[in-house]
Amino acid sequence: MDLTTFLIQLLNALQYGLLLFLVASGLTLIFGIMGIINLAHGSFYMMGAYMAFALTSATGNLFVAILLGIVLSALIGFLLEWGLFSRLYKRDHLDQVLLTYGLILMFEEIRSMIVGDDVHGVRIPEMLSASIQLSETLSYPVYRLFMSGVCIVLAVLMYWLIRHTRLGMMIRAGSSNREMVQSLGINIDLIYRLVFALGVTLAAFAGMLAAPVSSVYPGMGNQVLIICFVVVVIGGVGSVWGAFVAALLIGLADTFGKVIIPDFAGLTVYLLMAAVLLWRPEGIFRRI
Amino acid sequence: MSHEVNRRQFLISSAAVAAGLALPSAPLFAQGARKVRVGLMLPYTGTYAALGNAITNGFKLAVEQGGGKLGGSEVEYFTVDDESDAAKAPENANKLIKRDNVDVLVGTVHSGVALAMTRVAREAKALLIVPNAGADEITGPLCAPNIFRTSFSAWQPAYAMGNVMAERKHKNVVTLSWKYSFGEQSVAGFKEAFEKAGGKVVKELYLPFPNVEFQPYLTEIAALKPDAVFVFFAGGGAVKFVKDYAAAGLKSTIPLYGSGFLTDGTLEAQGEAAEGLLTTLHYADGLDIPKDKEFRAAYASAFKMQPDVYAVQGYDAAQLFATGLAAVKGDVGKRDELVKAMESATIDSPRGKFTLSKAHNPVQDIYLRKVEGKENKVVSVAAKALADPARGCRM
Repeated sequence: MDLTTFLIQLLNALQYGLLLFLVASGLTLIFGIMGIINLAHGSFYMMGAYMAFALTSATGNLFVAILLGIVLSALIGFLLEWGLFSRLYKRDHLDQVLLTYGLILMFEEIRSMIVGDDVHGVRIPEMLSASIQLSETLSYPVYRLFMSGVCIVLAVLMYWLIRHTRLGMMIRAGSSNREMVQSLGINIDLIYRLVFALGVTLAAFAGMLAAPVSSVYPGMGNQVLIICFVVVVIGGVGSVWGAFVAALLIGLADTFGKVIIPDFAGLTVYLLMAAVLLWRPEGIFRRI
Repeated sequence: MSHEVNRRQFLISSAAVAAGLALPSAPLFAQGARKVRVGLMLPYTGTYAALGNAITNGFKLAVEQGGGKLGGSEVEYFTVDDESDAAKAPENANKLIKRDNVDVLVGTVHSGVALAMTRVAREAKALLIVPNAGADEITGPLCAPNIFRTSFSAWQPAYAMGNVMAERKHKNVVTLSWKYSFGEQSVAGFKEAFEKAGGKVVKELYLPFPNVEFQPYLTEIAALKPDAVFVFFAGGGAVKFVKDYAAAGLKSTIPLYGSGFLTDGTLEAQGEAAEGLLTTLHYADGLDIPKDKEFRAAYASAFKMQPDVYAVQGYDAAQLFATGLAAVKGDVGKRDELVKAMESATIDSPRGKFTLSKAHNPVQDIYLRKVEGKENKVVSVAAKALADPARGCRM
C-alpha cells in the first residue's frame, strides 16, 4: 500500500466511522442514557430513509424533505413514547425486547404496504453531486464529505447538550435516579418523552442523510442495528464522547480489516469489541 | 337509464342462477380425474416478496392460459410463505409434502432455502421444480431424477460473461462479490471462462455479506488499475455498489461488468449510474421472440404490471410440469413417465426455447444486455445453448 492509497483508506475509515456515529447517536440516548433496549432503532433509521425517498419525490428537494422528515419523526417518537415506551420503564428488559422486536415487524410490514418491496434511490442534491479528484483514477464524492461534516457538527451539539446545558443535567440526573429528580419538582416524564423523540429523530435523520448514498431498500434497518449496539457498548453505555471514539475505532478496524486481512473482514469489528470489553468491561468511557 | 340497469341486473342474476344450477353437476364430470396438487413454497414477505409474487403470477398465468388447467388437469394450490428463512425450510417443505400431499413442490428464490428443499425432496422422493435459486449444487451434487430447475445456475451467466470480457480484449480483471456461496460460484464461473480465453484475474475481492461499505474496495481497485471489473451483487447492495462505483469516478476509467442481477429490478433506483453497463443473463428486454411479446402482453393485462425474469421462470415452471402432466394424462402416479416427459421437454419460454440438461438445468442462451434508459436491452447472444457442467452430479 503506497502513501496515497493509505491516506485515502484513512479517509474512508474516518468517513465511515463518522457515519456510524450518526446512525448510533440516537441509540446512545435511548439505550445508553435512558436504559431502554431498543431493537427498533434500525427501523427508525429505515423509516427516515423511506421518508427521504417519499418526501424528496414529493417536494423535489432533499433538504426540504429532511426538514419535514425531522418534524414527522419527532412526532412519531413522541407518540411512541407516550403510547408504548412510557409504560415499560419499570418493567423487565425482556418486555422491552419483546415490544421493540414487535415494532421491527410492524415497521417492515407497514413499509411493505405503503411503499412496496422495491429498491429505491434518492438523488444527491445538485450542489453536492460533484466529486473531488484524489488520485489518477479515484475521486471522492463531495456528498460523503458533507455527511462527515454534518456528523461532526452533530457530535459537538450532542456533547454540549448532555454535558453543558440544564436539560442535559436533568437528563443525566434522571438516568441515575428518577424518583429523586421527580421529587425535586422536575417533570421527568416530559423530559424522557423529549429525549426519546430526539433519539428517534436522530436515527431517522441518519437514515435521511444516508439515503442518497446507501439507497433505500427493505430490511436496511436490521443491517445497521447490530453495529449500532456495538458502537454504544464499546464506547461505554451512556457516553456520547465514548460512542464517538468507538465509531471512529470501528471505522478504522472495518476499513483496514477489509484491506489487510480480507478473509476475516467480517470479524475485525467484533474482535475489536471483544478486546475492548476484556480490557474495560464497561466500555472505553464509563457512564457520564 | 334505470331500465338498462334493471335489465343488466336481471341478466347477471339469471346467469348466477344458471351457474348455481350447473355447479352441483360439475363434480360428476370431475370425479375420474383428481385435481393436481401444486405446492408453492415461495417468499411472500421480506426482501424477496416481490420475486415470490412474480413467480406465482407467472405460474398462474400459464395455468390460466391452459383454461384453468395444467396439461389437461385441474389445479389446486397449496401456498406457504418460506420467509427466505433457511432454518424453517425443512419444516415448511415437509408440511407441503407430507400434510398437504402435493404432487409437485415449486420453490424457491433464496438459495439456502432451496438447498434445504432439495435435500427434503430427495429424501421424500417428491417432485421439485426450482423456479429461481441459482445455487450450483441443486443441479450438481444434489441432482436427482425428481429435481428440476427452470431458472439458471450461478455458473451460467458468469461463465458467459468471462467469454464476453475476453473478447472485449480485457487482460487483467479484478472481481468483487459478497463472500457467500452464490457470489463465490459466480466468480468461479467467470474466472473459468475468462482465464481459459487467456485473461487473468489479478485479484478476487470479497466482502462479508450483507455489508455494503464498498469504499475500501473501490480505493483498492483504483490502486490496482485493472482493465475491467467483474462483480456479483443483487438488490439493495447492487444499487449502492453501482452508484458508489460511478461516484468514485471509476466508471469512466475502469469498465464494470456483472451477472445480470446487478441491473435487474434495480434500474429505477440506480438512475444514470447504471447507464451503459453490460451484464449477462438468460433474459433481456427487447428480445425479438414472438413468444416473449405475447407473454409480456398477457402478463401486463392480467396483473397490471410488467413481467420480469422471475415471472418468466415461474411461467416456465408451470409449462415444464404441464408437459409432464399431459404425457401421463394427469396420472401423477406414473412418476417415471412423468419425469421422462419433463426431462425431454422443449420449453417454449419467453426467453427463447430451451431444453434441459441431464442434471435437469436449462440449456439456454445467455444474453449480453446493455442498460439503456430503464431497460436491460439485449445486445447479442453471449453464449448459445449454454449448459451448466453439473459438476458432482451422478445421474
